[in-house]
Amino acid sequence: MCPRLGSRRVLDPRGVGVVSPRMAEAKNLSDPDWAILFVCWLLASAATLGSLFFSEVMELPPCSLCWIQRVFMFPLTIILLVGLFPFDPRVVRYALPLAAIGGAFALYHLLLQAGLVPESAAPCRQGVPCTEAHIQIFGFVSIPMLSLLVFASVTGLLSLLKRRQLQ
Amino acid sequence: MKRQTVVLISAAGLMLVFGLATYLYTSEQADRTEALAAAADSPLERPHSRGRGPADARVVLVEFFDPACETCRAFDPYVKALLAEHRDRVRLVLRYAPFHEGSDTMVKILEAAALQDHFWETLQVMYDTQPQWASHHNPRPERFWEFLPRAGVDVDRIRRDAQAPKFAAIIEQDLLDGRTLGVRKTPQFFVNGKPLLRFGYEQLKSMLDVEVAKQYPQ
Repeated sequence: MCPRLGSRRVLDPRGVGVVSPRMAEAKNLSDPDWAILFVCWLLASAATLGSLFFSEVMELPPCSLCWIQRVFMFPLTIILLVGLFPFDPRVVRYALPLAAIGGAFALYHLLLQAGLVPESAAPCRQGVPCTEAHIQIFGFVSIPMLSLLVFASVTGLLSLLKRRQLQ
Repeated sequence: MKRQTVVLISAAGLMLVFGLATYLYTSEQADRTEALAAAADSPLERPHSRGRGPADARVVLVEFFDPACETCRAFDPYVKALLAEHRDRVRLVLRYAPFHEGSDTMVKILEAAALQDHFWETLQVMYDTQPQWASHHNPRPERFWEFLPRAGVDVDRIRRDAQAPKFAAIIEQDLLDGRTLGVRKTPQFFVNGKPLLRFGYEQLKSMLDVEVAKQYPQ
């Protein structure tokens, strides 16, 4: 699987021979694969800054489940950025597990807050309770909901990119 | 447009939004506490609140503190120096924010010591011996009783008095007011109702100096 992933790129004569670097650049920007990765990076970066806003500016202490989701979200901003320059679709291999696992934690957190998972199953009874909803944007959007939205979108987009690369 | 340009512009845009949101949020919070402080039923000071300095001082420095907080201890000499510098013009009001485990007992001891008119002496001993009873690796608030006699108080009376339910009510009220004012860390300072937004000794000093200059024009 690995050698095939990104094989299109390898064959792509970026700045080599017939295609001048300028032309390659112009082509690259309209490359939907690059755009998909760029959107993923944008989503992860916005989520990272958003979570830092909650903790550092609004001084809301992150609960343990929030911390676990941060562990999976923050590195995405770096890994995806590295994958953008030069464009390396193999970054999906490294980023997809992070996004998927982070999304699983976000889903669990959401179910916990909704009361669909019994609280006794919560790993954090001391310190900041994970069940306490700090923020309700528009009355119903909570922090784990935003987290899940970003993780799910990134997971979906990266899967799409993977599929396109395999074709 | 080049890819690099797109990413750079996006990053700059994200940072701009972050900075703008931070500015808007903090200024809104500051306005909110100022309005709260101006209200008749101000959460900044209660009749039970301990203070020092002239009652008619036009500048009031409110400090939310925790006897077990290291930074409160480190700030104490600076606060004293600031009060000495602006003698007759600044009044200090201490509010409790016992966030550490066992700190509520310390507050009760302070209040019981105040009945013997030894509040400040007891607080001083608490800060002096803090590393012994409030170590982060091994907090042992019960050890403070060993050091309490240094404050020159009747320890047995304090043991009895500290149980008074009114002290628990004081702690409750201070914690509630702290939440209302958005106090999540200690020490948190308010100068005439305005929160100290950027934490630090220099920032506190300049905020106090500016307010004193405003209230007492030369």
